[in-house]
Amino acid sequence: MGTGMFDYAPAPESRAIVDIAPSYGLFIDGELVDPVDGTPFKTVNPATEEVLSEVVAAGPQDIDRAVAAARVAYDGTWSHLTGRDRGKYLYRLARLVQERSRELAVLESIDNGKPIRESRDVDVPLVAAHFFYYAGWADKLGYAGFGPDPRPLGVAGQIIPWNFPLLMLAWKIAPALAAGNTVVLKPAETTPLTALAFADICRQADLPPGVVNIVTGAGDTGRALVEHPGIDKVAFTGSTEVGRQIARSVAGSRKALTLELGGKAANIVFDDAPLDQAVEGIVNGIFFNQGHVCCAGSRLLVQESIADELLDRLKRRLGTLRLGDPLDKNTDIGAINSPEQLERIRELSAIGEQEGAERWSPACDLPDRGYWFPPTLFTGVTQAHRIAREEIFGPVLSVLTFRTPAEALEKANNTPYGLSAGVWTDKGSRILWMAQRLRAGVVWANTFNRFDPTSPFGGYKESGFGREGGRHGLEAYLDV
Amino acid sequence: MSDRQDRLAVRKTYKLYVGGAFPRSESGRTYEVQAADGRFLANAALASRKDARDAVVAARKAFGGWSSATAYNRGQVLYRVAEVLEGRRAQFVAEVADAEGVKRGAAERQVDAAIDRWVWYAGWSDKVHQVHGSSNPVAGPYFDFSVPEPTGVAAVVAPASSLLGLVSVVAPVVVTGNTCVVVAAEAAPLPAVTLSEVLATSDVPGGVVNLLTGRAAEIAPWLASHMDVNAIDLAGVTDAELATELERAAADNLKRVVRPPLSEPDWEADPGLDRMLAFLETKTVWHPVGI
Repeated sequence: MGTGMFDYAPAPESRAIVDIAPSYGLFIDGELVDPVDGTPFKTVNPATEEVLSEVVAAGPQDIDRAVAAARVAYDGTWSHLTGRDRGKYLYRLARLVQERSRELAVLESIDNGKPIRESRDVDVPLVAAHFFYYAGWADKLGYAGFGPDPRPLGVAGQIIPWNFPLLMLAWKIAPALAAGNTVVLKPAETTPLTALAFADICRQADLPPGVVNIVTGAGDTGRALVEHPGIDKVAFTGSTEVGRQIARSVAGSRKALTLELGGKAANIVFDDAPLDQAVEGIVNGIFFNQGHVCCAGSRLLVQESIADELLDRLKRRLGTLRLGDPLDKNTDIGAINSPEQLERIRELSAIGEQEGAERWSPACDLPDRGYWFPPTLFTGVTQAHRIAREEIFGPVLSVLTFRTPAEALEKANNTPYGLSAGVWTDKGSRILWMAQRLRAGVVWANTFNRFDPTSPFGGYKESGFGREGGRHGLEAYLDV
Repeated sequence: MSDRQDRLAVRKTYKLYVGGAFPRSESGRTYEVQAADGRFLANAALASRKDARDAVVAARKAFGGWSSATAYNRGQVLYRVAEVLEGRRAQFVAEVADAEGVKRGAAERQVDAAIDRWVWYAGWSDKVHQVHGSSNPVAGPYFDFSVPEPTGVAAVVAPASSLLGLVSVVAPVVVTGNTCVVVAAEAAPLPAVTLSEVLATSDVPGGVVNLLTGRAAEIAPWLASHMDVNAIDLAGVTDAELATELERAAADNLKRVVRPPLSEPDWEADPGLDRMLAFLETKTVWHPVGI
């Protein structure tokens, strides 16, 4: 791409601001330590396949140590602090994130593959905002509506995905600490670096050792954490399949559980919608973060009477998207996070064609190295098609049409998921009518993919349970 | 209730309550229900897997209408349940006393508390949104609000407390617009069946509460694994192994699970909001602000 009306000179953000160590240990009890039974693995830049660093896949004994450190910190320090002091630590973390924001944004883009424009303007500012928001709750828990003296749960085991590594860390750690818990957090195997940078921020903030522990690793490490008898709470963001396994695994225990899982959101455009805005919203809905978004608007439901016109405009707009170097400030679409994810996107897209849907992508040069997938849309999609039912988690949009609001609603709700939905129309009463009936945890009207620390986020049905953000987000970490 | 010398009493047949009707178990099975002192009380229907599935269908069918009824309307319906229950107070006192082997005074206290609990929950129908919803001051030009909504169809394994416990787990589920399939206390199902008669005559739409009598260990696994059930309350499951099995089965479609209490709760205590909130989702709506 970039062969349209304008060509852009490269405008890369400088990498000089980040200092990646050749290897990292596990962050346990306030220090980066060597593993006991963990094994090293490499993390790569998905845009170049360059090895960035070597990190540890923590083993069961490492998890033991981390949980023990979190327990000691909980019993010995954190649960004795006043809410005011816990809040002050969280304010420090928020400020440090702000001070190191450029470094964190660059590091996130290098390790994840997302455009610097997104890590710089969306992810990292939201991280700081999230800590800032929950910092203020720490000494006000008695006013949160969960009784006069709500208690923390204890030690929380938290597992986060690779699509918004540092933001998901903030969504997990900020409310947990504000409520008085200590945590053991496992970042995703392909994106450990910003979590390890956050470990350094914890040290800079003089956070008491053991309050935050970060154990890197993959599924086995996660399983060891979830199954560890020493934790009181499991919080997971990731796929519905793994969420199911976790729900089974904690059955019969007294561990509290919240799950934020997959989605297949409908983005519904009515014939009276402001079309240019809707096109921007559709693009933001599915191509933001390469479509690696659980709440992505991956099913476009467009009213039949405007389908042709909308698709024309949408295709024209896709032709102007710039795919390439995530560190380039003009890049719209970065790299796919891993070869495994790229393979899944390719496979489901091929199935979409086999099942009879029509595939379209703009002319688009893909870089030679790294993992890339062009923005893609499928028309002629029916509800039975796998690309209309399964989460692709990539820059692939399935387009369906409808005639009446009732039909739009029926199609939108015809999914086991229920994370988010979008509605585009000029008619306020119709927005609220749709919003009432959509079985989804977040409904965006004439906008999409907006996030804010004050705004509860989470799913219905198989998209999980529990909310993150806002007053509601505290409930996940309080014994209510 | 007692047979008088000059008249032979008409005894009641205790049946299931599904979709607003009172069917027998499709399996044709019954089981003997005895009083706490061992006296024969009645034959109750022994619900089967098929009955459980029929009940889920009825509950799903009723969900749309009940969940979209106004909160004011649902509150009035629940209050009406209390009115009708009050009118049959003597009958419930006798049934609870028989079922649980408690003295008349204790049975009266439980029935009174059960009636009052309906009244308490009736009042919540149009208040829980204000207590648990929010408007969210997001950093941008959007009006952003969160509202609680019913989760859907809930399966409820009722506790041993034959009326007060039952009401304490059913009312918080339905007041917010959920519908449910209830497995009554296995050993003491008769007050539950009589309660279903109260529900049927209290403007509660058919299918909102469906009540099965029988063995929890037989019926509950079908409900726990049913893909059209959204939540399960294990209040009455006392066997830890069964509770674990049910929770594991519930994970298939990520049901909301309320685990069994560690010990039989004091059902007369203030119930708090937990049971209502456990069967609510939070929906957040973003709307741009502009001219």
